[in-house]
Amino acid sequence: MAPKGKGTNGAPHEGVTRRDFIHVLTGAVGGIAVGAAIWPMIDQMNPSADILALTTTEVDISQIDVGQSITVFWQKKPVFIRHRTEQEILEAEATPLSELKDPQTDQSRRIKPEWLIMVGICTHLGCIPIGERGEYGGWFCPCHGSHYDTSGRIRKGPAPTNLLVPDYVFDGDDKIIIGAREA
Amino acid sequence: MAKHKYTGIMGWIEDRLPIFSLLDNAVGTGYHTPKNLNYWWNFGSLAGFALVIQIITGIILAMYYNPSAAGAFESIEHIMRDVNYGWLMRYVHSNGGSLFFLVVFIHVFRGLYYGSFKAPRELLWMLGLVILLLMMMTAFTGYVLPWGQMSFWAATVITEFFSAIPGVGTDVVEWLRGSFAVDNATLNRFYSFHYLFPFLIVGIVIVHIWALHVHGSGNPKGINVKKGTSDTIPFHPFYTVKDLFGMGVFIVIFAVLVFYYPNLMSHPDNYIPANPGVTPPHIVPEWYFLPFYAILRAVTWEHLIPNAKLWGVIAMAGSIMILFVIPWIDKSKVRSMTFRPLSRIFFWIMVADVFLLGVVGAMPVDGIWIYLGQFGTAYYFLHFTVILYLLGKYEKTRPLPKSISEPVIRSEPVIQ
Amino acid sequence: MDFLKKNVDKIVALLTVMVLALFALRIALFLTFSPAGEGTFRYWMYDVLGIEAAAGEERPALPPNQVAWPFDGPLGQYDMASVRRGLQVYRESCSACHGLNQIAFRNLTEIGYSEGAAKEIAAEYTVTDGPDAYGDMFERAGRLTDYFPSPFANQNAAMAANSGAAPPDLSLITKARGDGPNYVYSILTGYGDAPDGFEFNSDVTNYNPYFPTWEILMMAPLFEDMVEYQDGTEANVEQMAADVTNFLMWTAEPNLDDRHKMGFKVTAYMVVLTILLFFSMRVIWRRVKK
Repeated sequence: MAPKGKGTNGAPHEGVTRRDFIHVLTGAVGGIAVGAAIWPMIDQMNPSADILALTTTEVDISQIDVGQSITVFWQKKPVFIRHRTEQEILEAEATPLSELKDPQTDQSRRIKPEWLIMVGICTHLGCIPIGERGEYGGWFCPCHGSHYDTSGRIRKGPAPTNLLVPDYVFDGDDKIIIGAREA
Repeated sequence: MAKHKYTGIMGWIEDRLPIFSLLDNAVGTGYHTPKNLNYWWNFGSLAGFALVIQIITGIILAMYYNPSAAGAFESIEHIMRDVNYGWLMRYVHSNGGSLFFLVVFIHVFRGLYYGSFKAPRELLWMLGLVILLLMMMTAFTGYVLPWGQMSFWAATVITEFFSAIPGVGTDVVEWLRGSFAVDNATLNRFYSFHYLFPFLIVGIVIVHIWALHVHGSGNPKGINVKKGTSDTIPFHPFYTVKDLFGMGVFIVIFAVLVFYYPNLMSHPDNYIPANPGVTPPHIVPEWYFLPFYAILRAVTWEHLIPNAKLWGVIAMAGSIMILFVIPWIDKSKVRSMTFRPLSRIFFWIMVADVFLLGVVGAMPVDGIWIYLGQFGTAYYFLHFTVILYLLGKYEKTRPLPKSISEPVIRSEPVIQ
Repeated sequence: MDFLKKNVDKIVALLTVMVLALFALRIALFLTFSPAGEGTFRYWMYDVLGIEAAAGEERPALPPNQVAWPFDGPLGQYDMASVRRGLQVYRESCSACHGLNQIAFRNLTEIGYSEGAAKEIAAEYTVTDGPDAYGDMFERAGRLTDYFPSPFANQNAAMAANSGAAPPDLSLITKARGDGPNYVYSILTGYGDAPDGFEFNSDVTNYNPYFPTWEILMMAPLFEDMVEYQDGTEANVEQMAADVTNFLMWTAEPNLDDRHKMGFKVTAYMVVLTILLFFSMRVIWRRVKK
C-alpha cells in the first residue's frame, strides 16, 4: 500500500526534503491503515462470543459411587470426576513432595477429599489419560507413557505438570458447578 | 552471472528466479505507460483491488459458513453476531461484490468509449469479458449462500432458465440442482463453485494483464505510442501513486457503504430464511444483473416465435456474447471517441439505454415496462450490431494528433 | 443552429449527467431524511422511482410513517433505556406468539443489564435440555447461554394456533422488511376501525393500512398502560411501539453502535490518507511535462 520510491527519481536540487517528507508521511499513515485493516482479520480467528460464554458446566454427582469415575465436558474439554476410595486418598496424602516432579499436596488439589475433579487432558501433548491404570494406580496416558497418581500428579513419563484442576464449587452435596469460583 | 541491476540477496535471487525484473517490468519502472491516462484508467487496478478484498474476506467467511440448507442462514447470523469482527467481514464481502461490479462496469464502458477493444487488443478485451462472465457466475452462486428467501428463489428462477432447452430441459435443471427442486445439494455445489470461480478469475486476470503488457495501455487519444519517448512515463512511481490515490477514494466510498448503509444494496427478503413453500411477491436480482434480467424478460412474443423463454435466455446470453465480436463489427481505425463525434453521441445513448434496462429490470413485468424493456433490448442489440458497423464505416472522424505531446512543441525527455 | 450541431455531443452528455445528478440528489435526500442508515435498495426503488408495489397487488400497503430514530444517521446510537423498555414490551406482549431465536440471554448484558440481572431474566424461562444420562429430555431454568425459547414447538404448531399463518420470528424483522423500523412502528400504531364500506376478505383479520391488503391477522398488540415501565415512562401505544421498535432494531443489528463508531474513525482516517496520497501524487507528477 505504501508508495515506494520516495523521491528516488526526484531532482537533486531544491525541494527534495519537502518532497521526501510528504512521501514518508503518506507511507507512514498508509502503513498504519494497513496494520489496522489486518487486525480484524487476525482477531476473527479468536473464539467467538458464543464460545466464550460457555463458562460453566453443572454436574449431578449423586449417582457416582465410591471408586467410580465419570467424564463430563466443560468448555469442550473432558473433565474427570472421581469419587475416590479411602485407600486412594491415603496414598495421595502420604506421598512426600520430594518424590514429585511438580510438587503439590493432595489437599491443595481438592475441595472435599473424596472428590477429585481434573481436566482430563495429559499435560504432555493433549491426549486423554486412562483411569485406574499405570504404575501409581491413578491415570496413564497411552500416547507417550505418562503415569499420574491417585491425585492426578505426574510421577513418571514425559508430561511436565500435574493434571489441571479447574475452578469448581459444590452446590449442596449432590451437585458441582465446574468453571465457577466461590463467591 | 546474468546482467541485471540487483545486488546482494536480491541479486542472488534474481539470478535464480528473475522475480524482481518481472515485477519491475509489470508494475515498476520497466513498464512504459502513456503519460496522458486519465482517472478512468484507475478502474483496472481498482477491480484487482476489489477482487483481492473479496477473496480475503471470502476465505475468512468460509471459516464459519455452514453450507447446508439447515445451517446456512444460522451460520451467517452467527458470523454477524458472535464472530469477532464477523459483521465487518460479512458486510465488506456483500457490499464488496456490488462495488466490484460497479468498478468493472466502469472499466468496460471506459474500454468501449476509448476503443480499447480494437486491434491489437482484441484478446485483451475478450479475456476481460471472460472475467466478467466468471464474476457473474461467482456473484450468482454467492448470492444463494445466505439461504434467505431471495437466495432460494433466485436459485430456483435462474436454474429454471435451463428448462427452456428443447427436449432435455427438465433433465438439465435436475442435473444442475442435484434434486427435483433447489435443495441442500444445490447449495453445496454452489458453495463449491463460489469458492472455485474466484481463483479461475485470478488466473484469467493474470493472462489479462499479460496481454495488456504486450501492447501496453491504450490512452485517451487512442493513438499508438512509442516506448521510451516523451509520450511514455514509467508505471512506477507515476501510476502506482495514482492507483493508490484511486484506491483511497474507493475505500472512502466503500467505508461509507459498509459502515453506514450496509444493507442498501441487498434485499430485505434475504433476511427471511428460505421457505420452499412461499414465493416472495417480487423477485429482483442484485442491481448489477438488472439490465440482463430486463433483456431476459423482454422476449414475450409468444404468438410470433415459439418458445419465448428460450429466446429470452438466448437474448440475455447474447447481450454479453455480442461484446466478444465488436472488434470486428466496429472497423473504424480511430479508437478514441474524442475523435469520433458521432460515435460519442451514440455511446451516451447506449449508456442511457443500459440504465433504462436496469430500471426496467427492477420493475414488475407490467404495462409500460414491458414495452420499455423490449425497446431497450432492441436498441441494445441495434447499437452493437448495425450502429457500430455503420459508424465504423461511414463516420467522418476528426484528424488524429501524431503523438500524445502534440501540439505542445516541447520535445525534450520528460523524466529528469 | 450551427452551435447546436457542433455541440450536440456535449449537450447529450450534459443532459445525461443532469439526469444522473438529479437521481443522485434524490438518493442523497432519501439517505439523509428517511430511514437513514438502514434503508434498502428495494425501498429505494419504490420510493425514489415511485413504484407502488408488486404488480396485481390489491390494496398495496401505505408507505410507513417516517420516524426519527436514535440509531439513524452516521452518528446514530441506540437509546439503551428505550431498548430495555422494548424488551419489556416484547416479553409481556409479543413473546406470546413471536419467537426471538437469534438472541441469547447473555446478549442482554449488551443493552445495559448486569450479568446477574440477565441471569435472573434467563431463569424466568423454562428451556428443554438433554438428553440426560438415561436418554430423556428434561426441563430446567434458562441460563445465560440459552436462547429465547420459541412460543411454539415448531412451524406447524405455530400455523395451527394462528389460523394458518405462523407469526414470524422477530429477531431480524427490522431488516427483513423494507424500511423495517418504520414499518414495524407503523404496523403497531396503524390499527383502527375500518372506514365505512371497507370490505374484508376474511372475517378473522383486522384493519391495518400499513400491511399489504390492509388486512392483518395479528390483533392489535398494544394498549395504553398494558405494561408498567420501571423508569416511570408513560406507556402509551406510540411510546411502546417506539420502544419495541428500538429493541427489535437492536436484535436485528446488535453491532450497530460499534459499526457507526468504527465507521467514523475509518472514514475520517481514510479521507486524511487519501488527501495525503493526492499531494504525494501531485509532487511526483510535477516531473511530468504535459
